[in-house]
Amino acid sequence: MANAISVSAPAGRLRDAAPTVAISALSVAYGSYRALESVSLDIQDGEFVCLLGPSGCGKTTLLNTIAGFVRASAGQVRVDGKAVDGPGADRGMVFQEYALFPWFTIEQNVQYGPKLRGLTKPELKEISDHYLKLVQLEDNKHRYTNQLSGGQRQRVAIARALANKPKILLMDEPFGALDAMTRESLQEELLRIWEAERRTCIFVTHSIGEAVFLADTIVVMQAHPGRIEVVLDNVLPRPRDRTSDAYFNMYREIDGYLRAAHHSTPAAEQQP
Amino acid sequence: MKADAGAGPRPTDALGTPLLTRRQKSVFAVASLLLSLTLWWLASASGWVDKVLLPSPLEVFGALVASVSDGSLFKHVLASLTRVLEGFALALIVAIPLGVAMGVSRIIYGFADPLLELLRPIPPIAVIPLAILWFGIDELSKVFIIAYGAFFPILVNTLAGFREVDRVQVRAAQALGANRFHIFRDVVLRSAFPFIVVGARLGMSMAFIVLVAAELIASSAGLGFLISDARYNFRTDQMFLGMACIGALGFALNVLLIRIERSLLKWKTL
Repeated sequence: MANAISVSAPAGRLRDAAPTVAISALSVAYGSYRALESVSLDIQDGEFVCLLGPSGCGKTTLLNTIAGFVRASAGQVRVDGKAVDGPGADRGMVFQEYALFPWFTIEQNVQYGPKLRGLTKPELKEISDHYLKLVQLEDNKHRYTNQLSGGQRQRVAIARALANKPKILLMDEPFGALDAMTRESLQEELLRIWEAERRTCIFVTHSIGEAVFLADTIVVMQAHPGRIEVVLDNVLPRPRDRTSDAYFNMYREIDGYLRAAHHSTPAAEQQP
Repeated sequence: MKADAGAGPRPTDALGTPLLTRRQKSVFAVASLLLSLTLWWLASASGWVDKVLLPSPLEVFGALVASVSDGSLFKHVLASLTRVLEGFALALIVAIPLGVAMGVSRIIYGFADPLLELLRPIPPIAVIPLAILWFGIDELSKVFIIAYGAFFPILVNTLAGFREVDRVQVRAAQALGANRFHIFRDVVLRSAFPFIVVGARLGMSMAFIVLVAAELIASSAGLGFLISDARYNFRTDQMFLGMACIGALGFALNVLLIRIERSLLKWKTL
């Protein structure tokens, strides 16, 4: 008996380990509009998942349901086995609009979550120094957010979410409002941080290239009603090369799924 | 965003016209004041206008010197300033908590809003006779009318502030572990605060307008009294002095409030 137990114990990240996020038969409807229809998905600890699809496919609704901002009409989301019934500090969130608190300094923004948990001043300082250093903004900590560029603001938002040590990091098109150069450098920065911290990361994007560059798992979604089209494993070795053949093959495969299932939305809209 | 005004090209407006430098601004300000004073003096000294109706600036200055040296101006200014500040403080104490309560509770809002919308169009000056009947001709009626005048700008702006709360910022706070109280303290009040401060400034200027009206009608001290008393004695120099003092006092209080606003809202002005 003892033997059997040791054999079945999971080694490393396995598909059949207890999922960190378990989404089962989840539907979200706004009146007669079916934003999400019977979506099921398991996400493992430390996994980087991209939710990818055209506008109206429900990717942001799915993220907001995991975050607890949106209530399920049917089905449920479980995080570490516990059903989600509202927002919580175990799920950190990064928004496309940054959503920083402009009345706080950058340091106060980053310390906000830990401060609510009642940490002491030296502890707060240690945390904010660490995470501001991680996003390379340690020299700006006493400035206000309206003195920063878009890319810098999003780095503060990432530091603020990470400083609260969430189990899961949820990101809603975080780089969507940034220019292409800033976006690529922030993608690289995010991967560097993710590799250092290994938090579960769920990242919403409408960019195929972004998903191929970032994700372990790419969840391709479709609209009307919002649903999962296919879940793809992205096995490209890291660090990934945006100019490699393997990258383009993966890109083409996903583009095919998006085109095949939805002719009316030209996949040319999808930015690499 | 960078503060290199000295080095770079001169700042311009949207049409490309260069903005006035600080120095140019003060030159224009002094020139404009001197020119108006000269025209005023000419009009009165040359006999174009009856000297009784328009005293020369020198006579007004003479009235200033006289009323400063006998202490009467100080008495009037102090009386007016006390009333304004008392009425303004009363308005703040009532309007801000009410605005916050209305902003937080739909039920309180539903009850209070129709009533306030009906009261709001009644100008404070129309309330003066009633206030005198209710509270007498002493301080209380004046403070009441001033508070009534300052109340609505503060309340309306406080309510506007609550409507400006950003849902995404609320969600950001929730995802960082904030409860309802934290969100109220750190997001809702903080977003509404700039509006409350602007409301206070508008309320203060309304308090000033109402003050003079109240003092014109019934009082024995104050700048409004100084003006109306001067009318009975045909002392136009004192009327001008009274008006100039009201202008200067209102200007000074506004500058003070803008200073306070800037230091409270440092994050907004940077």
